[in-house]
Amino acid sequence: MGITQILFWALSIISLFSALMVITSKNPVFSVLWLIVTFFTISGHYILLNAQFLAVVNIIVYAGAIMVLFLFVIMLMNLSKDTEPQKSKWLKLAGAVTGGSLLLVLVAALRGTESRMTELGTGEIGLIQNLGHVLFTEYVVPFEIASILFLSAMIGAVVIGKREVHSPVHKEVEKLDEMQEVMH
Amino acid sequence: MKNLILLIPLLPFLGFLINGLLRKQLSKGLIGIVGCGTVLGSFLISIYAFLNLDAIGGGRQISGSAKIIGNPVIHYFDFINVGTLKIPFAFQIDQLSALFLLIITGVGFLIHVYSTAYMHEEKEEHFGRYFAYLNLFVFSMLLLVMGANYIIMFIGWEGVGLCSYLLIGYWFKNIDYTKAAKKAFVMNRIGDLGFLLAVFWIISKIGSVNYSDVLTTAGLARFSTGDIVGITLLLFLGATGKSAQIPLYTWLPDAMAGPTPVSALIHAATMVTAGIYMIARSNILFTAAPLTLNVIAIIGGATALLAATIAMRQNDIKKVLAYSTVSQLGYMFLALGMGAYTAAVFHVMTHAFFKALLFLGSGSVIHAVSGQQDIRFMGGLRKKLPTTYITFLIGCLAIAGIAPLSGFFSKDAILLSAFEHNKVLWAVGLLTAGLTAFYMFRLLFITFSGTFRGTEEQRHHIHESPAAMTVPLIILALLSIAGGWINIPEVFIHGGERLTSFLKPLIPASEGSPVAHSTEWILMGLTTVVSLVAIIIAWSRYKVYKEERETSLTKALENKWYVDELYNGIIVNPLNKFGAFVARFVEKGTIDGLVNGVGRLVNYSSRQMRWLQSGQVGNYVLLMVVSMVLFFVLQFFLRK
Amino acid sequence: MFQSPFRGLGFMDIKYYIFLSVALFVMGIIGVLTRRNAIIIFMCIELMLNAVNLLLVAFSKMHHLAAGVANPNAGSEAQLFVFFIMVVAAAEVSVGLAIIVMLFRNTHSVDVNFLNRLKH
Repeated sequence: MGITQILFWALSIISLFSALMVITSKNPVFSVLWLIVTFFTISGHYILLNAQFLAVVNIIVYAGAIMVLFLFVIMLMNLSKDTEPQKSKWLKLAGAVTGGSLLLVLVAALRGTESRMTELGTGEIGLIQNLGHVLFTEYVVPFEIASILFLSAMIGAVVIGKREVHSPVHKEVEKLDEMQEVMH
Repeated sequence: MKNLILLIPLLPFLGFLINGLLRKQLSKGLIGIVGCGTVLGSFLISIYAFLNLDAIGGGRQISGSAKIIGNPVIHYFDFINVGTLKIPFAFQIDQLSALFLLIITGVGFLIHVYSTAYMHEEKEEHFGRYFAYLNLFVFSMLLLVMGANYIIMFIGWEGVGLCSYLLIGYWFKNIDYTKAAKKAFVMNRIGDLGFLLAVFWIISKIGSVNYSDVLTTAGLARFSTGDIVGITLLLFLGATGKSAQIPLYTWLPDAMAGPTPVSALIHAATMVTAGIYMIARSNILFTAAPLTLNVIAIIGGATALLAATIAMRQNDIKKVLAYSTVSQLGYMFLALGMGAYTAAVFHVMTHAFFKALLFLGSGSVIHAVSGQQDIRFMGGLRKKLPTTYITFLIGCLAIAGIAPLSGFFSKDAILLSAFEHNKVLWAVGLLTAGLTAFYMFRLLFITFSGTFRGTEEQRHHIHESPAAMTVPLIILALLSIAGGWINIPEVFIHGGERLTSFLKPLIPASEGSPVAHSTEWILMGLTTVVSLVAIIIAWSRYKVYKEERETSLTKALENKWYVDELYNGIIVNPLNKFGAFVARFVEKGTIDGLVNGVGRLVNYSSRQMRWLQSGQVGNYVLLMVVSMVLFFVLQFFLRK
Repeated sequence: MFQSPFRGLGFMDIKYYIFLSVALFVMGIIGVLTRRNAIIIFMCIELMLNAVNLLLVAFSKMHHLAAGVANPNAGSEAQLFVFFIMVVAAAEVSVGLAIIVMLFRNTHSVDVNFLNRLKH
């Protein structure tokens, strides 16, 4: 067993463990942190597979931007307490059993497949030079469309997140305020 | 000509539609005019067709004896067209159907006219309903007679059954009457099944139901002997239903529940003659099946005798006539069974005259004594109802077979053919003739002689019927006298037997050794003597009415040999019990339980399934994953 | 050019990657099924996406190895797909979190059991 194999197993075990912690932590903040760990291990796998560009992007986009966004939201909403209402025990068990049986079925189904190798460490396709070349020649149109997607996602997030001034609740609150003023 | 022929059945149908749909708007007079007028129209066209019989089919006389035989089938359109089976809507106007057309429309018209007076006390809408049914009845019967194939005949056959149901149950508020109507309908239905099966049999063998295909020697050759016997027996079963023969005769006496003119129509002009017409029409087929002919002859003779004995002790004026009809029909079947089709048709004709006369006469009597039908409460009506009495007497003489009235000739023809074939059946016929004379004159004497035995109120009310009733009586009386002369036997006049020669193209003369003229004379004399003796016995016993002695035999006769009770015991009650059993266990328990169970299951399961629709996204996802697992399992492990 | 420190260090059976991905994916599913917090559920979905990404990259390398020198660019499409998946995931997260924030603002809860409007 070479160094790569050892690294593979180590990374795998860490990623599985941290994923388990993600779904079992009571505190959402811990979940986020464990998820970040998971993403780092996955990035480690990418490096092992010599997909350097994706490894870096994964860390920047996922572990950096997205998870920070999650963290922001959790902290903004003050959800860091263990206040999450729990599902009933039976429902949890049913979910776990179902998921487990899915795992079982998939593993059993794929166990007998033909054994093929994947190369570790070598291969140049994962390098920025190669990927950039392909991205800006063959996939330039989807790439540009992706920017439009981002734009629309941005606008959508703004529109959804904007506080509605004319919502009925808001009007009720205004009315109450007025009444209080009158009473004073 | 083609369209004119079409008018014969169409006119009564039109009358049915007008009277039926506008019965609440039209006045009684108008209804009567429409009802009678349409039938009169058909009658006139029928006469025209009868006189131009050759021209209808395109046949004509070319100089002397040379003659083009026309095709009497008038094709209108294809009625059913399935695969190779083509059933045309076509009429066949030949000698036989033309003769029946005359009887149906002629006698039918007289009955219609009579009805306008008889039914005058009904309300307008019921009056209209009555005439609508009557017209429909005539229409169905015309269809039956005119059809050029068995299917058209069957339509008429069913139509006649339906109309008899409607008319017998005309006073539908009386539960007994509706029961009688139901009985008639069901009895007919049993026979109709036989007819239908026979038609299917014919279709399966020949692939056609046209008379022109089936009733030819070529058509006959395609049947095996077994086929012919089977078909003819089934057809005869149909005939026993419609023409009230053993074992299906019990509906006819009960059919007296309808208004009297309806009884006249059913018994004389239409309906019951359908069976005889059908057998006479299919005579080629029947001649090829001697076994069936024997069965027909025996059943005919038995029916004739049985009904005659029952008629001797009935006290309802209409019941007596009803049983006499059954008896006379038995005579006709006896003749058919002997192969003497012409004699049967001849008797149908004369019977139509005198039986219509008798029924209408009895209607006149009933009308006079305010609806009383029991002859024990009549008597002495001779003075009060002279026209009715005389015409009734003529009818009785005719049915008793006294020369030279019509019944004599037709009955004699039947007895003669019976004598040629089977002496036992001849003896039965002779006995029946005597019984017929006896019970008819018993009826006559009890009703018209002696003193009136009804209530005072009825006695005041007795009056002769209006002209609309007596004129048809007189016409029918004249026909009853003269109707037999068209087929006077050769022994009386040279060049007689006009009817036989008229029907010769359709009904070949029966073979067999003709009896010598002297024998024929003796037979005639014997019949007449028997009838006269019977009349004298009846006169001596019933000239003055007295209570009849009760013996076990007369009791059995009065109760119609307990045949109805027998049928009830053997067939009706077990069937009812079985029906109740099936209703309770199979219907309620099994089928209802099954259906309700399915409903309840769906209801229950949907009530349970509703919880799945919780609105909780989590549950939906869970279900989604579960189904994914199931699909994977199915895909990878179970689909080998 | 930056060289991988593990260059030429060996091969790995693709099955292990498959099992790893499946395990991660199933953990995401179990998370979705057992938790009620909308944000955690959302994170589990991200986890599932990453599991798929990992598998795609592993397959891309397998494909590259199989193609050999004949096609040096074989398998690069898969890595580009992963890139685009990340793009889409980023957009999705921004919109999704906005929705969750909205939800929290209206109901003061991120409990998905509150969201049973689908029933009606």
